[in-house]
Amino acid sequence: MSVGRALRVGLVCPYSWDVPGGVQEHIRDLAEALIELGHEVSVISPADEDATLPDYVVPAGRAVAVPYNGSVARLSFGPLSANRVRRWIKEGSFDVLHVHEPYAPSLSLIACWVFDGPIVATVHGATARSRVLHAAEPVLRSALEKVSGRIAVSEAARTTLVHHLGGDAVLIPNGVNVSRFEKAEPLPGWPGSGGAIGFLGRMDEPRKGLAVLLRAFEVIGAQRPGLRLLVAGPGDAEEVTARVPAALRDRVVLLGQVSEAVKVQVYHSVDVFCAPNTGGESFGIVLAEAMAAGAPIVASDLDAFRRVLRGGRAGELFANGDSGDLAAAIGRLLDDPQRRASLSAAASAAVRDYDWPTIARDVVKVYAAVLPAGAADTIRSAS
Amino acid sequence: MTLAVSLIIITVLAISGVYVSWRAGRLDRLHTRVETARAALDAALVRRSSVVLEIASSGLLDPAASLLLADLAHDARAAQSGRELAESYLTRALRTVFGQPGSRASIEPVEGAAELVAELESTAQQVFIARKFYNGAVSVTVAARRHWLARVLRLAGGAPMPEFFEIDDTLAATGMGEQGTDMQHLAG
Repeated sequence: MSVGRALRVGLVCPYSWDVPGGVQEHIRDLAEALIELGHEVSVISPADEDATLPDYVVPAGRAVAVPYNGSVARLSFGPLSANRVRRWIKEGSFDVLHVHEPYAPSLSLIACWVFDGPIVATVHGATARSRVLHAAEPVLRSALEKVSGRIAVSEAARTTLVHHLGGDAVLIPNGVNVSRFEKAEPLPGWPGSGGAIGFLGRMDEPRKGLAVLLRAFEVIGAQRPGLRLLVAGPGDAEEVTARVPAALRDRVVLLGQVSEAVKVQVYHSVDVFCAPNTGGESFGIVLAEAMAAGAPIVASDLDAFRRVLRGGRAGELFANGDSGDLAAAIGRLLDDPQRRASLSAAASAAVRDYDWPTIARDVVKVYAAVLPAGAADTIRSAS
Repeated sequence: MTLAVSLIIITVLAISGVYVSWRAGRLDRLHTRVETARAALDAALVRRSSVVLEIASSGLLDPAASLLLADLAHDARAAQSGRELAESYLTRALRTVFGQPGSRASIEPVEGAAELVAELESTAQQVFIARKFYNGAVSVTVAARRHWLARVLRLAGGAPMPEFFEIDDTLAATGMGEQGTDMQHLAG
């Protein structure tokens, strides 16, 4: 680590800390990586006063469940939340404020409104509805105009951001905590001598592509009598089982929703990990996690997946939606342990780009860019 | 003898006819009352969302509350089948913004703030009252339509069965009523 000045960073989370979600996890991992780099970090987030929180999280009070962006989200807003944010900003005397999902009607937006200083905003989902942006436009504009550095976690998020607010954003993908996935014991009895394929994701979300994999398994499972399929993720198990031919049913193992620890084990329990997503993935966190675990991967050839898998060098790509092509790709890998080993090594190397320490250094570079001239020269790990 | 029987039959028929037509007329009046009450309720809800939109663009509140209230007011206006839920969400957000202890004191002292808040309170009370009257009318009408005579003779004709309008419309946070937001006394 380079020697230099530590930054005081205020991170703002718009969604309830105690509800699992991608944005919350991102902020947690970023905060810990920044602290690891030697910076002082404080996070403000909607959370109950008496909730068990990491010591860097300041609760802003209980969130209210309201419909936002097509689902019900737990958000903080109103004069009392504004007061808490004011107090937190006053006490934190931050060098830089880093808000997440600045369009969400919650703490991030309030913090932009209150803070006088350099603000960086990260856009994750970016499906802000322009109708609403018009309705409260003057109020919104004055808050969002203060954002001087913008980060998008995906190309899709970047496009939406540019479309709605103008101005450009830096693309910094989601990080993966590689060390958390690197090592784990396989689940008992896995992968087994007959070979095993893995899938992780919602079973009833068509875009996750389980249907494509099940059709491929019909072919390849019939050819290889010992081959098993391990599926982890929420959804209706009976409905999935009904789609599997009776002869193959005892070789399709559905774990349902699994804990974080079991999830890591799943990646280590299979000979081939499959990401058959048919679309809608901006980055593919599951893919990155599988890479961190060093799993040999077969993935659909979505643009995002192709990029993450280094054009096929860190994992096999198959024609999106084509179960025949998928079955063939899985078969080739199952028959070629050497190819699996080289894919695994390539994946482990490629995923380093998405490791949180790397990502956090990129984020610090953005902080440096928005700080007053001269102040940026001495920041830790900025160069 | 036969004359007496005929007279009795004629009298019974005449009385029944008058009674049935009175019931049908009453049902008709009740349906009209339901429709009038519904129109008043709709008007009150629209007025409430108008004031909310005005508040959202006034700079009176933080941008998060402004954005959310504008969004929910739009949702409530646009909602067809999910109207009750949408209006309840709007109430809940309003309660978070205006109904917590100490929240009034924290509102930005922009020009016209007090008037806007007072107007919001007044429209919220109108919603509360209009909904009470509407549900009252529905309740009487439903009972009248469930009467066996109304069902057997189909006195309501093709008029749809009126439905209760159930929303959360209390602006004060429960148990922490603040001065000025207390509408519980109207419920009495």
